[in-house]
Amino acid sequence: MVQNFTLFIPLLPFLAFAIIVLLTRNNNRLSALVAILSIVAALMLSYGVFLEALSEGAELAANPFYGAPIAWMPFGGMTINFGWYVDPIGAAMLFMVPTVCLMIFIYSTAYMRHNHVDEHGHPHAEDDPRYARFFAYISLFTAMMLLLVVSSNLLQFFIAWEVMGFCSYALIGFWSFRGRKEHHIDDAQVGRARGAAIKAFLTTRVGDILFMTGMILLLITLGSLDFNKMYDPAAMNNMLAGLAQPLPGVEWPVVIALLIFGGTIAKSAQFPLHIWLPDAMEGPTPVSALIHAATMVSAGIFLIIRAYPLLEFAQQTSGPAMQIVAFVGAFTALFAATIGLAQNDIKRVLAFSTISQLGYMLAALGIGAFVSGSFHLLTHAFFKALLFLGAGAVIHSIGTNDMFKMGGLIRKMPITGITFFVGAFALMGIFPLSGFWSKDEILLDAMREGFYPHAGMSQDLFLQIIYLMLAIAAFLTALYTGRQLFLTFLGKPRDQAAYDHAHESPVAMWAPLAVLATFTVFLGFWNTPFAPAFFHFVGEGGFMGLPPFEHSEFDPIALTNMLVSTGIALSGFAVAWGLYGFRPIQAGQPDPLARLGFVWKILVNKYWLDELYGYKINLDGTAQPGLLIRLVGAFMRLCAWFDRNVVDGLVNLAGWLSRILARLWGWVDTHIVDGLVNATASVTGEIAEWWRTMQTGNVQNYALMAMVGAMAIAILFLLRSFT
Amino acid sequence: MIPYLSLITFIPLLGAIIILFLPNDKAIKQFAIAWSIIPLVLATVAWATLSSWAPPYNFVYNACGVTIDSASAGYTFGECAPWISTLGIQYHLGADGLSMPLIWLTTLLTTLGLFYSAKVIQNRVKEFFALFLLLEVGMLGVFVSLDLFLFYVFWEIGLVPMYFLIGIWGHDTDRPQYAAIKFFMYTLAGSVFMLLGIIALYLYSSPNTFDMTLLAANQANMPFSKDVLISSLAFLGFFLAFSIKMPLFPFHTWLPDAHTAAPTAGSVILAGILLKLGGYGFFRILLPIFPQVSQQWAFWIGVLAVISIVYGALVAMAQTDFKRLVAYSSVNHMGFVILGFAAAAALTAEQMQNPHYINNGASAINGAVLAMFSHGVITGGLFFLVGMLYERTHTRELALFGGFGSQIPVYGALLLLTSFASLGLPGLAGFVGEFMVMNGAYSTLTLLAFIAVWGIVFTAAYFLWKIIQKILLGNVSEQWAKLPDLKGYEILTLAPLAVLMFAIGLFPNWILDTINTASIAILEYMKRM
Repeated sequence: MVQNFTLFIPLLPFLAFAIIVLLTRNNNRLSALVAILSIVAALMLSYGVFLEALSEGAELAANPFYGAPIAWMPFGGMTINFGWYVDPIGAAMLFMVPTVCLMIFIYSTAYMRHNHVDEHGHPHAEDDPRYARFFAYISLFTAMMLLLVVSSNLLQFFIAWEVMGFCSYALIGFWSFRGRKEHHIDDAQVGRARGAAIKAFLTTRVGDILFMTGMILLLITLGSLDFNKMYDPAAMNNMLAGLAQPLPGVEWPVVIALLIFGGTIAKSAQFPLHIWLPDAMEGPTPVSALIHAATMVSAGIFLIIRAYPLLEFAQQTSGPAMQIVAFVGAFTALFAATIGLAQNDIKRVLAFSTISQLGYMLAALGIGAFVSGSFHLLTHAFFKALLFLGAGAVIHSIGTNDMFKMGGLIRKMPITGITFFVGAFALMGIFPLSGFWSKDEILLDAMREGFYPHAGMSQDLFLQIIYLMLAIAAFLTALYTGRQLFLTFLGKPRDQAAYDHAHESPVAMWAPLAVLATFTVFLGFWNTPFAPAFFHFVGEGGFMGLPPFEHSEFDPIALTNMLVSTGIALSGFAVAWGLYGFRPIQAGQPDPLARLGFVWKILVNKYWLDELYGYKINLDGTAQPGLLIRLVGAFMRLCAWFDRNVVDGLVNLAGWLSRILARLWGWVDTHIVDGLVNATASVTGEIAEWWRTMQTGNVQNYALMAMVGAMAIAILFLLRSFT
Repeated sequence: MIPYLSLITFIPLLGAIIILFLPNDKAIKQFAIAWSIIPLVLATVAWATLSSWAPPYNFVYNACGVTIDSASAGYTFGECAPWISTLGIQYHLGADGLSMPLIWLTTLLTTLGLFYSAKVIQNRVKEFFALFLLLEVGMLGVFVSLDLFLFYVFWEIGLVPMYFLIGIWGHDTDRPQYAAIKFFMYTLAGSVFMLLGIIALYLYSSPNTFDMTLLAANQANMPFSKDVLISSLAFLGFFLAFSIKMPLFPFHTWLPDAHTAAPTAGSVILAGILLKLGGYGFFRILLPIFPQVSQQWAFWIGVLAVISIVYGALVAMAQTDFKRLVAYSSVNHMGFVILGFAAAAALTAEQMQNPHYINNGASAINGAVLAMFSHGVITGGLFFLVGMLYERTHTRELALFGGFGSQIPVYGALLLLTSFASLGLPGLAGFVGEFMVMNGAYSTLTLLAFIAVWGIVFTAAYFLWKIIQKILLGNVSEQWAKLPDLKGYEILTLAPLAVLMFAIGLFPNWILDTINTASIAILEYMKRM
């Protein structure tokens, strides 16, 4: 019953984070040890759950490991509970994530030591000044990815997702500040890291807003975010009942599905929100591996896996949600591959290949090839982590990212070189590496559905287009990966000093490479067309309330596809050889592809999207905001001006007016009100003076006055009686 | 039964009086800190007692001749005494899930503010500490009063000490007198309208009463609720007072001046508690006593809330002064509280019959109240951090900072934590309230909610760009080469707030359970409209 301890899997690395921050942060070795021990413990527990899941087999899909004991958010008569949810694909993730993360952790212990030469010319290796902090952050990062994988609730998933966003911010910007004694980074690096971190966080936040909106709308329409209830077909069908349409002719499910997909677009760096990911290379390389392989970008795909029933439901009831996912994925796969051709930074090439491969996965999920897309997520994690860590070993060894300063490195770094080749061939999809099997399945699904329709169905133009885009992308992938191999490890050194400096990495760095390379070689056999064990596990159990997926037998179409995709990969590699391998590039020689002219310029500038709505970060650490950001800035200044001069101006005007009024009142008070009082007094005095003269003391006078008075009254009465 | 609320409210007053007779500064400081812990402990006990009565309640609230059964209200700790009998004004205190967290926060922030001030306030110590405790009396009084007249008296009492705190202990460069007078006059102008509203409620209720619980429970049968003009005007009076206090756009411009000029602990209390008096009024008075008028104006109040959120964020982003920026962030965050009010108020009579909408309405109120609490914790923390940096650098100009992440790492870590809590990172305190408000807002004010949600991006932008990037990132200049990191008492001041940020963000259930009881009660009153 290991499953009941599932929540301890994320808890362990989280505890490591807390321990390092609170207790061991001043001890580098101890901090690294705490982090690694925690991830080993989490890994063992994960494997336990994974094995238990495997023993359940396809049954697990219908009855996933589930428990939601933690009351988290009560409102009114409702409570959102948190817990765990492990279905077959979740179990597979529990195998992949800690494995890759452990390799990255071990690698980091060596990578985060920097070589430098002291004033006497002696080489030294010393820890990064923030070594312990690094392990704290990657522990938190891993904890959140694991929490996301085991979440039982979309809100819980979202929390893990967002904290990962914070971790990526902190790690991409790991070198965005430096003390006065830190010499391993320069000002340009500080500037670039600063820009890249904020760019990553804000770009993904745009997607998070869409995701959150979709999630809340789902909560409102469905009444729950629990995965167990979300996948209840009856509940889904009730979604439509009794709700006004958001817009005329538009139904809620498709709106919600696409809003949630917005989260994936940002997190998994799909067009048009892919702009943050290439710049995210400014973080230390293990971070790049973590972000691009095991955690952050996978989270976006995993979201679509979790939301798959919703997408299906939306597609069937209200709009082309799946097709949009497929198209965005396929387009991004192609689009990013073209940019990857024109990058000279060894890590940026890999970054664009990541974007492109994530596009593959989404395209697969969008065309309904759920299992192939999921499988590619797993294999890609291993070989992309391998590639990044290999690239990191190169950078660590020669101190530059620029491939045009490399060349021939396989002679100096054989283990790194060979493992890198394994990863690169897997990325290209060369038989029999894992990338071949997973990519091949995706292409096969697109080809089968597009060109070989079932009886009674016509050929599907949409799927044909998807297939073509993916096929071209596969060709370009082989081309730019080949370019990378020839520029980096083969040919002649173009920077002799750097080459002389190069050396094989310490064992803590190459051992993880070897482990990842082993997985890269063998993992593909989990799901071959002849023996699709992974498919049986994930796809055949009536996934999340959907009908089981059907796996076609190995047939001539599958064979055709295998041959075609191998041909595509080989031809791409051959072109790369023709351009970069046949006559190795010499120092100072321009890129042969630069002959493409304007097209090349477009690719080098990444279609000028950073200038349009992004944030362009230059090599020297300066940055220019794009047009959109400048517009926001102008609007911000307008608001500030308005606030100071109009809103507060009115308040001050009111204050000023009351002061003026007060002064006016004061004047009125002294001169008129008080004047009146004084006037009354003096008038009374005057009257009294005059009246005094009446008081003569003479009785005759008084009698006379009484007479006159009586007569006056008599006359008054007489007058009244006449009228 | 122990009169918790009276003790909590008036013990600080006794403390203020005792301070007047204490001989020296040191004694005053030690006494004030120790004394302020008493109401904190009492409030903690009271809250614990309240949550041990979590639903289903087994008590009936009975005070001041008001009997409310447990189904419709979560009031407890009722206290009653006649006060001005000819007008039916009573000394009526009580607390529920709405006020209890705010009472507790008041006592906590007062203790922290006194603790921090003990180190940094050196002139006119006696006056400062006495006034600070007096301020606490005013704020607590507002939260515990269930009689409108009493409420009004406490509301005004709170103004005076704050006026002096800003005017006397403000920094000379920040025009403290101007800021203090602006704060005082602006708030006073609002209170005058509220007084008119209170009088109108008294005159147009039958039997004539100032009792909030009676007015809320029987509002459907009261003459004022049948007279659209009277209830609208009375509503407007309260609304102006509360909106100015919150502050809601366009009544917010006193806030940056007052905040900037106030001494650190004053800013903490101003942002942490005084703004909440307004928010509290929205939920304690406007929503239960004026459900129809609230419903009529919900959309337009929501519009003002959304402007506060988005516009507040943009104006904050444009600031160059650290403290002014944090001040404007309050406008941005308080917008969510008002949006929560508008979302709950917007529930129509038809929607009130649907438990689904009621839940989402409860979500809006829970979220707004939790957002107030979290904002008090987070922005309180931010103002402490502003003050701590100012004590070291004697400037607040963001352009002059940089690289402090490596120079003063503990400060950096706490600023990072607080900033991310404030920009609403899940797992920290700010997110939960925002999420619940958005949940409520999407169900009744969908379009407004969709605009408001973009404010979150701008909020993230100004925290990352203006605060973290300008202060923590980059290189340290020679000027700050000797800048010392946080000292023990500073860490001790911030530690409780940091713990709360995690406690609310990771497991909000403990506080939401309390608030939820009040939200259900408020919605129950609204149903009777």
